[in-house]
Amino acid sequence: MNLFFKKTASVKNPKWQRPVLLAAICLVLLLSMVRCKSNNNNNGYVSIDKKSVKEESLRHFEEITKVLQHPRCINCHPNDNYPRQGDDMHKHLFNVQRGPDDRGITGMKCTSCHQASNNLISGVPGAPQPNDSLASRWHLAPLSMGWIGLDDAELGARLLDKKQNGNMSPKDLVEHMTDDPLVLWAWDPGPGREPIPIPHDEFVEILEKWLETGAEVPKKNKD
Amino acid sequence: MIKFKINGTVTEVNDDPETPLLWVIRDSVGLKGTKFGCGKAFCGACSVHVEDQVVRSCSFPLKYAAGKSVTTIEGISDGQELHPVQKAWIEEQVPQCGYCQSGFIMSTVKLLEKNPNPSDEDINNSITNLCRCGTYSRVRKAVHKSAELIKKEQN
Repeated sequence: MNLFFKKTASVKNPKWQRPVLLAAICLVLLLSMVRCKSNNNNNGYVSIDKKSVKEESLRHFEEITKVLQHPRCINCHPNDNYPRQGDDMHKHLFNVQRGPDDRGITGMKCTSCHQASNNLISGVPGAPQPNDSLASRWHLAPLSMGWIGLDDAELGARLLDKKQNGNMSPKDLVEHMTDDPLVLWAWDPGPGREPIPIPHDEFVEILEKWLETGAEVPKKNKD
Repeated sequence: MIKFKINGTVTEVNDDPETPLLWVIRDSVGLKGTKFGCGKAFCGACSVHVEDQVVRSCSFPLKYAAGKSVTTIEGISDGQELHPVQKAWIEEQVPQCGYCQSGFIMSTVKLLEKNPNPSDEDINNSITNLCRCGTYSRVRKAVHKSAELIKKEQN
């Protein structure tokens, strides 16, 4: 007889209390084992809760969409054949159009006016090709990457759809938003235009965290 | 010094690389047919060709013309006979004051090289130059006339 038994034996209903107590101890042990098993991988490290990782990824994407939907970005991602201008996103003056290769139409190419750098004399914006600082990269995103009018879920789905995004993986997308001179222009758009409000290096950090956490995008609410 | 070809002749200028090509053409090279209109690439009075493309030279820094071939209104004919577009412009009596017309003609030459039989819609979409005299309907007629004349010359 141990002390425990002596103590429990001294109470009024020892016949039913002992099995109940044992059952309770077993239940606690069992639950502990189940919890330990679910929190440990083969290496013995505690894994991160998948649900919270997904939520973190979605929070990063929410920040990313604020940038993507800023006029400096989305003005060249129209869902029709007309580039936009200004913070009010009006159609580009003088009936400027997309054209067959997203670079304007004959006689009115994007590069008829937009060169490889912001023109401080005329005020016309410009950006260079990645490997040629004298060649202009100004053009529209393809129609399949039109974002104007999309909500976050629609934008996310379109962004990740390789059939629509030029066969880009999430990693490719992050690289595009990190290095492409036309994307970088949005942080240095020249006088009279509001740049993207958060610094580009902070945006890149958010992109990388989004990628690390699974590059999640919100699902469309079917209600 | 920046070297480029203008109307087939190699030219070297000592202007600031940021100088708009328009002012290099007018003041350093001395060709006055290309006009200053708005200075913001809106109106197209300053249109010239750089290589194979129409550009608004008021918004085209000289540095981007280095090593390239530039054509102005003075260079579209061979020096003996007017270009078919210029002939059409005269036949249809397009200009009123005439100030912006060299830009219209430069845009039309390039349009017809790429699209020899443009519809009215093609013309409206491609020739976005501005004319304060309102010569647009005559411009459209002259573009169609130019297309006819070019076809005749080719046959």
